[in-house]
Amino acid sequence: MTDDWRNGGFGLYVHWPFCEAKCPYCDFNSHVTRNIDQSAWTNAYLKELARYAEEVPGRVLNTIFFGGGTPSLMAPDTVGAVIDAARGHWPCANDLEITLEANPGSVEAGRFAGYRDAGVNRISMGIQALNDTDLRRLGRLHSVADAQAAFDIARHCFDRVSFDLIYARQDQTPADWQAELSQALSMAVDHLSLYQLTIEDGTAFGDRFRRGGLRGLPDDDNAADMYRITQDLCEAHGMPAYEVSNHAAPGAESRHNLIYWRYGDYVGIGPGAHGRLTLNGRRLATETPLVPGRWMEAVAGGAGELSRERLDPQDAASEYLMMGMRLAEGIDMERYRALFGRDLPSDSRAYLVDLGMVEEDGPILRATRDGRAVLNAILRELLTD
Amino acid sequence: MTDLAHIRNFSIVAHIDHGKSTLADRLIQATNTVSERDMKEQLLDAMDIERERGITIKANTVRIDYVADDGETYVLNLIDTPGHVDFAYEVSRSMRAVEGSLLVVDSTQGVEAQTLANVYQAIDADHEIVPVLNKIDLPASDCDRVAEQIEDVIGIEATDAIQVSAKTGIGIRETLEAIIHRLPPPQGTLDAPLKAMLVDSWYDAYLGVIVLVRIMDGTLKKGMRVKFMSNGTLHNVDRVGVFRPGMQMVDSLGPGEIGFLTASIKQVRDTRVGDTITTDKHGAETPLPGFNPSVPVVFCGLFPVDSAEFEDLRDAIEKLALNDASFSYEMETSAALGFGFRCGFLGLLHLEVIRDRIEREYDIDLITTAPSVIYHVYMRDGEMRELHNPADMPDLTHVDHIEEPRIKATILVPDEFLGDVLKLCQDRRGIQEDLTYAGQRAMVVYDLPLNEVVFDFYDRLKSVTKGYASFDYHLTGYRADNLVKMQVLVNDEPVDALSTMVHRDRAEMRGRAMCEKLKDLIPRHMFKIPIQAAIGGKVIARETLSALRKDVTAKCYGGDATRKRKLLDKQKAGKKKMRQFGKVDIPQEAFISALKMDS
Ligand SMILES: Nc1nc2c(ncn2[C@@H]2O[C@H](COP(=O)(O)OP(=O)(O)OP(=O)(O)O)[C@@H](O)[C@H]2O)c(=O)[nH]1
Ligand SMILES: C[S@@+](CC[C@H](N)C(=O)[O-])C[C@H]1O[C@@H](n2cnc3c(N)ncnc32)[C@H](O)[C@@H]1O
Ligand code: SF4
Ligand SMILES: [Mg+2]
Repeated sequence: MTDDWRNGGFGLYVHWPFCEAKCPYCDFNSHVTRNIDQSAWTNAYLKELARYAEEVPGRVLNTIFFGGGTPSLMAPDTVGAVIDAARGHWPCANDLEITLEANPGSVEAGRFAGYRDAGVNRISMGIQALNDTDLRRLGRLHSVADAQAAFDIARHCFDRVSFDLIYARQDQTPADWQAELSQALSMAVDHLSLYQLTIEDGTAFGDRFRRGGLRGLPDDDNAADMYRITQDLCEAHGMPAYEVSNHAAPGAESRHNLIYWRYGDYVGIGPGAHGRLTLNGRRLATETPLVPGRWMEAVAGGAGELSRERLDPQDAASEYLMMGMRLAEGIDMERYRALFGRDLPSDSRAYLVDLGMVEEDGPILRATRDGRAVLNAILRELLTD
Repeated sequence: MTDLAHIRNFSIVAHIDHGKSTLADRLIQATNTVSERDMKEQLLDAMDIERERGITIKANTVRIDYVADDGETYVLNLIDTPGHVDFAYEVSRSMRAVEGSLLVVDSTQGVEAQTLANVYQAIDADHEIVPVLNKIDLPASDCDRVAEQIEDVIGIEATDAIQVSAKTGIGIRETLEAIIHRLPPPQGTLDAPLKAMLVDSWYDAYLGVIVLVRIMDGTLKKGMRVKFMSNGTLHNVDRVGVFRPGMQMVDSLGPGEIGFLTASIKQVRDTRVGDTITTDKHGAETPLPGFNPSVPVVFCGLFPVDSAEFEDLRDAIEKLALNDASFSYEMETSAALGFGFRCGFLGLLHLEVIRDRIEREYDIDLITTAPSVIYHVYMRDGEMRELHNPADMPDLTHVDHIEEPRIKATILVPDEFLGDVLKLCQDRRGIQEDLTYAGQRAMVVYDLPLNEVVFDFYDRLKSVTKGYASFDYHLTGYRADNLVKMQVLVNDEPVDALSTMVHRDRAEMRGRAMCEKLKDLIPRHMFKIPIQAAIGGKVIARETLSALRKDVTAKCYGGDATRKRKLLDKQKAGKKKMRQFGKVDIPQEAFISALKMDS
């Protein structure tokens, strides 16, 4: 029997935990620090890479992803050293995808050519909004003009450029969003990430919201309308949703993110990075310390890991289901059974099919377009105790 | 044994929160009954639920020894009583065991509804009453005004009321002296046959049933064989003791004394509150007058959210009932909820207390169905049926008429809120019986249907009067009215746990309010859900809960699948707190919340 992870592939995630400023909505692991010692960070990453390479040697590496935080604050040399080391540790796929998340500032854009020379071949840019008022309200440091300029430079340097927008912002109407998205689609190359604004606990927005501030957020119905508009418009532009919030022309999907959603294996290095590794037939979940200094200490002490949990068959199957159902392509129920040793409950499936929330196609189970909008409800129904 | 002249027995009574338990603390402390180390606030409120809610639920007896200014040592038995109206029965039976009452009145608040209710009971029990004005440490305290109010409204002398701060200890010595000088000693005959009043009983895991007694005549001794006169059962007395407030064994108790006995009794149900205990041989001929048992007035179904926990629920209910004779239960089955129990309570607070204890002490999630009072359904053939559960309403073609329980409610309210109170009572089908003034405050007496009062009247009253009104009630009897059963249909299926009896004229209003409430309480589902109220198949109100349109996590946190898994686990746990009716999940709190009216 081949290991389950091969259905999803093998990738490397590198977390860069620093940003120029903390955005008020963001609960990613990001910290604002001056004076970052790039070479110390390079060494720490390389040490971690070597450690994991020893644990999972010989695998074909499909993707590398520099995420953050703001990886476009990394020196191109740092990025290059990590890429070279990874190439040295693992045989690489011919079409190895190397993505870097970039903030659209002018300084960052100045490094794009350097990233390209280091081996990066895909950029994912956090543009977030296409009007300056909203960019300010989101606490962003760039303007629409900055974003345009950075985007042009990125396009000049890379074949594959994607960007992120956040919608359902304060005082945004479905009509506003429709206009903004149309403009975004005319700019887009072949990939867009479109996230509905989520108010997270422990962020500045979260606090304001709880105290009754942050007025003008769209209600459930308006947010649902914006989601529908997003689906319709992107489909019409030949970039349908391949995942809940991700849209691409066929073949232009983020292969790295597909590894998560198809429940492949991935090494995660850097503060707060998560990994999934199959060892001796069992899936391991790895977690690293969140605080950059702690992570560095841990690496110096031998391993930049906080915990490693052996997932039992049910947890692994649940993760596959939760991640896989986000994809338009759905999941393979035979894979689910092989992971768990049990089938998905047939009465729940029949009920959801009946409601038009999911559809079955041989061993494939996928959410319909309406279903994907209420995926949490579907998962509550399908996940067994 | 103590001679009668050196005994004083009294209850501490007051409106809720006026400081009874705190005063008891000070009396216990001033007489060194409890070591400093073991002292804590509201020492006698020992149950978790009492400490958490800061209220007294069970009356508590303590014996303290007081060396008075005259140099003599007196034995004082004090009973701290609850203030909340649901537990009024605890107060009335406690009063039967003692000769006097300390009437505590919060000097920042004045006379409230339970102050009045308690005074009337004390007068009924022939008590000497010593008024105590409490909380004089607070700036808002106004003893002159409150003393005047006591004289005006209650009609008892208050010029020599004692001014106390139970918090700081001012006036405690004076209170103790007043107890000696103003309350009468008990009466009784030492060489008469034993006559002991069974005041209360409860279950103790180690000792079995503990019986609280007041000795009227004769002596109660360890090793005696005694008879409970109501049913003639015989028991050997294993232990005799007193509460200080922990149990302390004594050899015997004589006339006028209050204490406890144990006699290997297994169940509280084998003892009857108000019973007379005498000796097996040469016992007393005539029993004491006794008193009426408490009767449950509010009924509801309790079902486990997880039907597999039915046996655990049975176990929990049986154990709680061991200790609480005022709570009744019988098995019930519901089409939608499966097996559960129909339980009777003294009021909604009592219901909530029992429900909380089952959930917490026994870790069982419960669904509480719509509470109901007991209706009298008169059939055409003349038979009268007691209806505890609207779901059991007989076919209307056989029903002649229906009667509902009525109460007499007394409300004290500052003048400025009187209009709102009158409107509230009117809306609840009340009939005004009296309206008098005492200074700035009005006292209104209403005849009201119990059904309109039991669930949320007190909450509404507090909210329309900003907390300034107080309220007391007692049952008066039954009266016929135009009552109908209202059903609720969720997704076109009747949910019997939501059926209620309503007045025909108010049915549309209540039906609409219930549907609206349920629309807010039931989470959106993947399909739209009609919610309807109906009388005998005719829909009188309708709402539609629209379908869930968006419920998906937008962002992908890199490879952090754990976070997502935990989030969904949490959601699933939330879903477990609901019960499915057809395909609709109804949250457990919906059944009571749906009945609470906003106006
Ligand atoms: N400032 C002040 N507060 C007091 C005094 N006596 C009682 N309190 C406070 O009033 C509140 C109610 O006191 P309790 O002794 O629990 O009142 P209770 O009458 O036993 O209440 P129930 O048993 O629920 O009817 C508590 O917060 C006490 O701390 C006092 O003399 N002065
Ligand atoms: C890991 S973040 C960081 C990328 C980069 N630092 C930036 O901000 O441009 C990836 C994306 O998640 C989205 N995102 C972050 N917080 C969000 C929130 N609270 N609600 C919706 N989307 C959010 C943003 O679109 C962001 O570009
Ligand atoms: S949104 Fe991006 S730039 Fe802003 S704090 Fe988060 S990671 Fe940093
Ligand atoms: Mg108390």
